[in-house]
Amino acid sequence: MTVSLTLDNVSAHYGSTQVLKDLSLSVKAGELVSLLGSSGCGKTTTLRLVAGFLEPSAGSIRLGDRDLTRLPAHQRDIGLVFQNYALFPHLSVRDNVAFGLKQRGVGKAERDAKANAMLERVGLSAFAERMPAALSGGQKQRVALARALVIEPPLLMFDEPLSNLDAKLRVDMRVEIRRLQRANGTTSLYVTHDQEEAFSISDRVAIMNAGRIMQLDTPEVLYQRPANSFVARFVGFENLIEMTVTERNGEMVTATTKAGASLTLSQTVYGAIPDRFILAARPDGLAVRQSGEGIPVTLGIRTYLGRAYQYQCTTSTGDLTGNGPLSELLEPGAQAVLVPVPEQCCILPPEA
Amino acid sequence: MTTKLHPLLIVFAAVIFAILVAPLFIILGAAVSDTSFLTFPPQGFTMRWFTNIFDITAFRTTAITSLQVAVTGTFLALLIGIPAAYAMNRFRIRLPSWLSNVFVLPILVPEIVLGFSLVKSITIGLELPVFATLLIGHTLLVLPYAVRVVGASLASFDFSIEEAAISLGCPPLKTFFTVVLPNIGAGVVAAFILAFITSINDVSTSLFLTGPGVSTLPIQIIAHMEQFFDPTIASVSVLLMILTVGVMAIVEATLGLTFLTK
Repeated sequence: MTVSLTLDNVSAHYGSTQVLKDLSLSVKAGELVSLLGSSGCGKTTTLRLVAGFLEPSAGSIRLGDRDLTRLPAHQRDIGLVFQNYALFPHLSVRDNVAFGLKQRGVGKAERDAKANAMLERVGLSAFAERMPAALSGGQKQRVALARALVIEPPLLMFDEPLSNLDAKLRVDMRVEIRRLQRANGTTSLYVTHDQEEAFSISDRVAIMNAGRIMQLDTPEVLYQRPANSFVARFVGFENLIEMTVTERNGEMVTATTKAGASLTLSQTVYGAIPDRFILAARPDGLAVRQSGEGIPVTLGIRTYLGRAYQYQCTTSTGDLTGNGPLSELLEPGAQAVLVPVPEQCCILPPEA
Repeated sequence: MTTKLHPLLIVFAAVIFAILVAPLFIILGAAVSDTSFLTFPPQGFTMRWFTNIFDITAFRTTAITSLQVAVTGTFLALLIGIPAAYAMNRFRIRLPSWLSNVFVLPILVPEIVLGFSLVKSITIGLELPVFATLLIGHTLLVLPYAVRVVGASLASFDFSIEEAAISLGCPPLKTFFTVVLPNIGAGVVAAFILAFITSINDVSTSLFLTGPGVSTLPIQIIAHMEQFFDPTIASVSVLLMILTVGVMAIVEATLGLTFLTK
């Protein structure tokens, strides 16, 4: 039984502060969607609204054909995995896992059997009798995962589940979470501030800022084709260059920067180019050349990246970062041009 | 390897220990003295002052009153204090910061003042029976312990555990009893003991609240001492000490006493 989760124009307030602004979000049946953003962007608020620990000031939340908006939290039937594990300290590992089944009136023998089977799936059969305090962080989070999964919830939610684990364990655990989520086909909402984690685990990622979703897309699209300058910056497009079209010649468009540098761009490569736009590029999307058509810059600090040299460049309208080939060593202070690499750049609407 | 202690430190510790324990031994000696007045060192040995306690009805009835008031008052204080402490920790951000201080007022205000104001407001104002007045007074007196000690336990309680239980289908009230309470149990027991001992020992507040026919054991001890000044007082004190040590021994055996010093 897989169902979809729909948030429709949801707003939330803490006192007089609005923390979510008309947020709409749809997680398809069986899909894992991450909410990604820095602290205070509203991602945890969104999760707590769905869990029922907060009430929205407007809008509705639906899970399948059930309206969750005003339903008490304990009737929502959602599996939750917390950052700090939140295991019951006074119960054994098995009783922790069986807790949700007990609330559902499942008999002792059956719930122990189900808890044991779930512990087996997360590789903790040998630890069933232990108390949570005797487990490592990774083991605790496995128990928390088993506890959330054993009630076979139509929706699983994760609140920064890997933040307290060390780097190696984080990678193992996210594979584990993905494996179990896929195997059960459970619709999932995953909250994190870690871009790599969100991109590696999710079907789709919602990048959030100031209580709004800036873009909701597959990791591939977000990484290669950000829709706006916020998302572009977030995924590493360090160079955002404001440009204005001066001439259109069929597919070819000529545009100038504020400083007057002129570039010719092809709409076959970039798609339709509006009259005013932002050219976004990561450092490897701006090639450093000694001469030619490009943005004239003065080279600054040079760093060695192994596959290329990276140059901090200054222009009259701001700093840019570009990469140059290993075959060509340029010195700080020299004049050069930055040439956009078509496949590595994208065109964004101008900032409001 | 053991840390080397300075000889003076050992002497200092021994003196402090002696000062703490000596009065208790003096009472023990005085309680078995075969004289009709309180004296130390004891002259002769007798247990008659212990049997004398049970011959005096007033000691028996006031002991019963003391226990009734202490147990009921402590339970009432916990009944009010635990939810109060819970609410103040759970909703800390939404509540004014001075609120928790209100619950400490009965300790901060001189007990004499508390006693007098209770006489004024309850005994005279509401015309309640003496026992009820005593019970209300003691509940108020020990409420700070309930709120503070349980509150300290709750301060280190991770409320996401509660949310985990609710998300697993446990209704909020049931969650409190099945998840929150078991994890603050040591704090509740500590609060109970502190409150109980405070109540059973109280003189100043009780002095105002006891009345015709109803008195507590400490008040009776004072009354008896004013009239007789015999070793019965010492033997009652010894029995109270044994009771306290007994309570502590049970606690130590079941929960450990460390939570009292933490």
